[in-house]
Amino acid sequence: MLDNLRGIWCIIAKDMKTYYLKPPAVSWGMVFPVTWTLAFYLRNPVDFKGLIPGLIAMTALFSTTAAEAVVINFELRLGTLERLLLAPINMAAILLGKILGGAIFGFIMSTIVAVTCALFLNFHVNWPSFFLILLPSLLAFSTMGSLLCLLVREVFEAQTLLNLPRFVMVFASGVVYPIEFMPRSLQIFAHFLPLTYAVKGFKSVSTIGTTSLPALHAAILLGFFTLFLFPAIKLLGKKFQ
Amino acid sequence: MTLAIKVSGLVKHYESLVAVNNISFDVKEGEIFGFLGPNGAGKTTTIRMLTGLSRPTAGTIELLGLNINSDVKAKKLIGVVPEASNLYDDLTALENLFFMGKLYGVPKKERCKRAEALLELFRLQEKRNQLFGTLSRGMKRALTIAAALIHNPKILFLDEPTVGLDVMAARSLRKVIQELSYQGMTIFLTTHYLEEADMLCDRIAIIVKGEIITTGNPEDLKEMATKEQAMEFTVSNDASKLIEPLAALTGSRPILINSNTLRCIGATNDLLAHICKVVQEAGVKVIHINTVRPTLEDAFVRITGLSPTVMSAEKGGK
Repeated sequence: MLDNLRGIWCIIAKDMKTYYLKPPAVSWGMVFPVTWTLAFYLRNPVDFKGLIPGLIAMTALFSTTAAEAVVINFELRLGTLERLLLAPINMAAILLGKILGGAIFGFIMSTIVAVTCALFLNFHVNWPSFFLILLPSLLAFSTMGSLLCLLVREVFEAQTLLNLPRFVMVFASGVVYPIEFMPRSLQIFAHFLPLTYAVKGFKSVSTIGTTSLPALHAAILLGFFTLFLFPAIKLLGKKFQ
Repeated sequence: MTLAIKVSGLVKHYESLVAVNNISFDVKEGEIFGFLGPNGAGKTTTIRMLTGLSRPTAGTIELLGLNINSDVKAKKLIGVVPEASNLYDDLTALENLFFMGKLYGVPKKERCKRAEALLELFRLQEKRNQLFGTLSRGMKRALTIAAALIHNPKILFLDEPTVGLDVMAARSLRKVIQELSYQGMTIFLTTHYLEEADMLCDRIAIIVKGEIITTGNPEDLKEMATKEQAMEFTVSNDASKLIEPLAALTGSRPILINSNTLRCIGATNDLLAHICKVVQEAGVKVIHINTVRPTLEDAFVRITGLSPTVMSAEKGGK
């Protein structure tokens, strides 16, 4: 147990240093959501506050998955992931280390965006409840990213595959356009997307909140995390058979 | 003497392909044990199973009495150097060593001490703050071995340790391997370099098509070839045209030493007259005939029935 915890920590620290805190990850994780934020803000500054929960959720999604293709597929190709497997830690610990590295990076980026919005755009939020939604969102997104990366071999394949759910979710999860105004079929589809619950959750903990319970959204997001985690561990194991 | 590695009935199937077929062997503590064989023989598959990277289809593996697949302690006892030098390009030499030390739970003080000692052993002190990605191939190899030693393992697995290195770098690595062995470390290495196996190993197992054909020390293996005389023929022109007729005559494929010289295992004095006739019929003249002491290469050819070129050609492209 102690070996696994130490292993998880070593992997997180190494990935933060070698991948996440570098310009490509920062630009993809930060610049993209900030650009969207600015674009919507300049278009309509009056109604902008209503978009902030969705933009924070989008920042969480894009930053957690910013470097996962490199962290997993590139390392599989180089054989460095195999090296981790030779150490006295198990497969689940290695994958958790990778997932938590992405989640921590997402935490930093999303918190920066949320704090900036609170300071400069009069965005009021219940901070403990905000983190209650943020943490399971990050876990769910990061694990989803890992699972998708493990389905393919190459970095470019992983990037392409990751873009599909990322962009579909941005349009179908209520980030910009409220789900309530979407066609019925898209409303049903939105219920199968983790970003939907992150957006709803952030709305429920902010002043523009919905009536739904943040704890329920947090629980559903944790459910997505579990749902993605086990097949991801299995797929990682298969890579070494 | 205690057994460092005990392998019984090891089998590995990849769907319908049998990569390793029921092999068994023991490696004693402190021994350098070589796994010698051509490409696709099952060397890397075996090392992957021994180090816990791949699960065997059948059979058991014990490392100092521990099961590698069920006892995590076994992983702490081994250091592994894969065929590709796979440390992190974006970390410096020292950071790579620290990272591996942390991963194995080496306390900070000891980690620093050991990292320094290893950089010194591999003459990499001056490269300590250089990124791994910018090191030369030989230095990368040396650092990869150093990283496998950071937690002071009892058994070191080396998969083709000198592939792709220049003569000097390979020689210096072999020297380090010997030093580690003198210090009591058990070393399991795979190689396709016959001279390397001869030079380094206390015992060798020859593996072909997933099966161990024979195990013994290099001298014993050479002895197997000595039982039948070997002769070297230097002829006036292209010696390659003699390969097929001499193989048919002696029952063993001659080795082409250079364009004019052939080594023929199993060429006895009784056959000399026939050999001279074959040479004459091929339209070449014999310049020299020497009886020679068989090398490990001769033994390999005799034992496996394979041409030694399969060993030199296989990794050339890598």
